[in-house]
Amino acid sequence: MAELRKETSQEMGLHEEQLKGRTQKKFFSIDESENLTYFHSFDVDTSKSATIDALEMTPREINREIRELMEKGIGDITVDNPMSRHGVGVGILNRLNLTFSDSLGYFGCGLIDGPNVHIKGRVGWSCAENMMAGTVVIDKNAGSTFGAAIRGGDLVCKGSVGARTGIDQKGGTIIVGGKTGAFSGFMMQRGRMIVLGDAGMNLGDSMYDGTIYVGGEVEELGVDCVPGEMTELDVRYLTDKLALYGMKSPRGVEKMQKYVSGKQLWNYDNLEPSEKKLVL
Amino acid sequence: MCGIAGIIHKKAGKDVNIGEQMTSMLQALKHRGPDSTGYAMYGEDNGNQILRFKVAEAADLEGSYDIHAAIIDRLEAVNARLTELGVKVVNKESPTEYAHRYEVKFSGDMKKVADFVEDIEGVEILSIGNSLELIKDLGDASVVSEQYGLNEFSGSHGIGHTRMATESDVDIRSAHPYWAYPFSDVAVVHNGQLTNYWTNRRSLERSGHRFSSNCDSELIAVYLADRMSQGADLETAMKDSVEYLDGVFTYLVATKDQLGMAKDVMAAKPMVVYEGDDMIALASEEVAIRTLFDHHIETFDPYHGEVKVWQN
Repeated sequence: MAELRKETSQEMGLHEEQLKGRTQKKFFSIDESENLTYFHSFDVDTSKSATIDALEMTPREINREIRELMEKGIGDITVDNPMSRHGVGVGILNRLNLTFSDSLGYFGCGLIDGPNVHIKGRVGWSCAENMMAGTVVIDKNAGSTFGAAIRGGDLVCKGSVGARTGIDQKGGTIIVGGKTGAFSGFMMQRGRMIVLGDAGMNLGDSMYDGTIYVGGEVEELGVDCVPGEMTELDVRYLTDKLALYGMKSPRGVEKMQKYVSGKQLWNYDNLEPSEKKLVL
Repeated sequence: MCGIAGIIHKKAGKDVNIGEQMTSMLQALKHRGPDSTGYAMYGEDNGNQILRFKVAEAADLEGSYDIHAAIIDRLEAVNARLTELGVKVVNKESPTEYAHRYEVKFSGDMKKVADFVEDIEGVEILSIGNSLELIKDLGDASVVSEQYGLNEFSGSHGIGHTRMATESDVDIRSAHPYWAYPFSDVAVVHNGQLTNYWTNRRSLERSGHRFSSNCDSELIAVYLADRMSQGADLETAMKDSVEYLDGVFTYLVATKDQLGMAKDVMAAKPMVVYEGDDMIALASEEVAIRTLFDHHIETFDPYHGEVKVWQN
């Protein structure tokens, strides 16, 4: 397993989410290396690179080729001509610089834990579903259920995304450069969502926890979602986080609106994050 | 879950090989629905009406020794009734034993023709139009395209469907597209489930509309026909349909010179749109649109409750 410097990972916001519910005492700790080791994760060298031409390959062949290259220690892989195929770049559990030169279809980069992925196109539905750690940056638009149930890492779409963005989000950060569709943040449980454009109806519906920042207009808030109070910490966080990806809020982060859960659900106790209590 | 696709060329006239383009997109959506494939494509209008009809289901051929004789009898009955109404048939084609294409000259009431012909047992009108050709059958796009010779179909636009049967049987009757009886040149494809189908169907049947199947998607075609019969334009009728229909859906509708798309208020069913200067292509998945291009394209997902209409 490649060594992860604590300072770097903190800068990237990779382990800022510490789950403190009743059942999960610890989610991610850089000090406990066994938490970072998985079966089928590989030590790779990011100075070694390779390119795959996926024009005539099936999704399974593409994923197998990526894995074989990682087994050889190659840590910088470019996939040319992915041709919007589904289920590509999934299940990668180690550090890796992975670039797709064009768009992906459904379920791209799902179930990943650690790689830095750059997609130079758009993605279909359910990109990065269940992502645990790492970064996924998409240059164009994304489909619905973007970042469903992610637990960690940064998922960034520089364009607009479809409906139900971050549904069941359990951690990590989702950043949307444009607008997001209806039911974004539905049943959100942890983490942060940053939307620089407008948000569709029922934003944050049935959210348990977590924080949503919106730079544009919100069509309608969902049940349990209420405006929160922007603090200096929020402004600093947003400024730093967006700067990581060369993004800016069109009207300035100070003018973004913060939304949080307005209710305390039965299975959440007094260890909830402090920002939630501002609105209770 | 079904797959739907559509394409419209804005400037190229009627001589684009849309048959090949639609087959390419629908074949890429095969995994969304392997049961049947259907096309509604719009070719050159030479002044005649195109009548597409079937006199049996594909499965009937395997289930009865008498079916071949019955098909001949039904076809003779169709010919007799067309003659009786003064419909002049100028060209006949039979891609299969049960599916037929007649090019006819007739200036009277085509609804009357459709009703009279469909009164024959086992006969169903698939479409009537000056440029609409509606073809649907069991199997994937490559099978249907080969069977009906669609890879050489020239036109300006079309919509298509790959069906995974959920609400009704695997047969041609329940396959999409649906012609918006009795409106010539209007057809619909749909991905989703409508939960107020029976309530609204009963209401429309009381108003005199006919349903040929038990497939919930047919409700959309009949509803649009009903609204347009009351004077609404396509876009208005589609906007009204978003409120009228309950459930999850994305549907495409085509007329002689338009292609429209509508999405339910929860945006629960997918649609990806490519909007170029010369051509618009839509599909349930981008992988279908990419079969038409060998380079990167800009696409987007329409939002909840969104209705869009493009003109040829």
